[in-house]
Amino acid sequence: MLTKRIIPCLDVKDGRVVKGMHFIDLKDAGDPVELAEYYDKEGADELVFLDITASLERRRTIVEFVKRTASKVFIPFTVGGGIGSIEEIKEILRSGADKVSINTQAVKNPSLITEASKIFGSQCIVVAIDAKRDEDMKGWRVYINGGTTPTNLEAISWAKEVESLGAGEILLTSIDADGTQQGYDIALTRAVAEAVNIPVIASGGAGSLEHIRDVLKDGKASAALIASLLHYKKYTIREIKEYLKEEGIPVRL
Amino acid sequence: MITIIDYGAGNLFSVRKALEYFGANVVVSDASTDILKAKGLVLPGVGAFGWGMKLLEEKRLCEAIKEAIDKGIPLFGVCLGLQLLFEESEESPEVKGLGIIKGKVKKLPNNLPLPHIGWNQVKIVKDAPIFREINSEGFFYFVHSYYGEPIDERVICGETEYGIIFPSAIWQDNVFAVQFHPEKSSKEGLKIYKNFLDIVYGDNTSY
Repeated sequence: MLTKRIIPCLDVKDGRVVKGMHFIDLKDAGDPVELAEYYDKEGADELVFLDITASLERRRTIVEFVKRTASKVFIPFTVGGGIGSIEEIKEILRSGADKVSINTQAVKNPSLITEASKIFGSQCIVVAIDAKRDEDMKGWRVYINGGTTPTNLEAISWAKEVESLGAGEILLTSIDADGTQQGYDIALTRAVAEAVNIPVIASGGAGSLEHIRDVLKDGKASAALIASLLHYKKYTIREIKEYLKEEGIPVRL
Repeated sequence: MITIIDYGAGNLFSVRKALEYFGANVVVSDASTDILKAKGLVLPGVGAFGWGMKLLEEKRLCEAIKEAIDKGIPLFGVCLGLQLLFEESEESPEVKGLGIIKGKVKKLPNNLPLPHIGWNQVKIVKDAPIFREINSEGFFYFVHSYYGEPIDERVICGETEYGIIFPSAIWQDNVFAVQFHPEKSSKEGLKIYKNFLDIVYGDNTSY
């Protein structure tokens, strides 16, 4: 039986994992390889690295950390953050990443999705959508540039469009829920998951085991992206999965 | 020496690293000579069937692969590498496959999301050396929309359910192939590469 996936998300800057890491049992909590190995051992189904490097050295540092990670870690991982060209996608995939996640550039240049999925296969092209509830739209508005810039796109129709353009998965973040630990945006996740026939990874808002269950069950997400809940060790992946299993959700244990 | 056949179909890095994890001497090559002198071959790949065959043909690798298999060199096909071993595919009806496994590659039913992405179980339906010390119903990572259906059911050694029950592992003489990605399936996946190396070199020898 196909299982629901639990995916830790790690922020990377200059080849180092940043942001609120509390890993007392790791030698170097900033090393992406060490953290990836840790999460692999814990039972993570995949990993997402969000690169927030701003320096000119950006591309070189991404390629370097991707290579190091892929040499030691044998579960799928996705790299996202500022990716905008076929050349860059090629370099990241060649270095051992399984998927790239495209966000702002997918909105600015939708043909990038089509071109990239034709060359590399849709399975490695994840389109990330950041959405915020919007009364004018009677739905959710898509934002770009790290959630700072509103667009004219409505999230459900944009999700359908990226599917038809060739995206293999959608990484859906609720801007309203992100960072609140008050639960995922179930309505948004469900609306998108029901509108498309590709897997939807839900992101933003995980604060409890029930939140994760709800987004996988009621939200119909294929996977849950989790950041601080794991990084601050509120729960381990095993605890999350054991809970989900008891709740009747298929997981890999 | 293990030769990973490099016909241009991406993500060879992880396959190479998985073999090197056990200290194997690995060459990534598109040269027929490297295929014919290898102790073992890996045919990896992600992407479309027609595109993969076109690359194999352009690089004139089909004959070398068939000759190597005839010579008894063990070959391990992964994902698209499994599909290319078949005679034809619904994905690219106009293109002939390698034809090493008799049968056809078909599309998964679309009553469930496609591609079939994620961790799914492989039920071992026939004891195969590639599955040594692997538990039946264990989880492996899949990413695909098509699957190979052999005419001779006896070559099927693993099955997976996704909308339908489809063959996910094949064993025919010295040819082994899996639809999932063992190089992305954590510890259990690495064991499969170890098993392949043991098939190639025999137990307890240096790779």
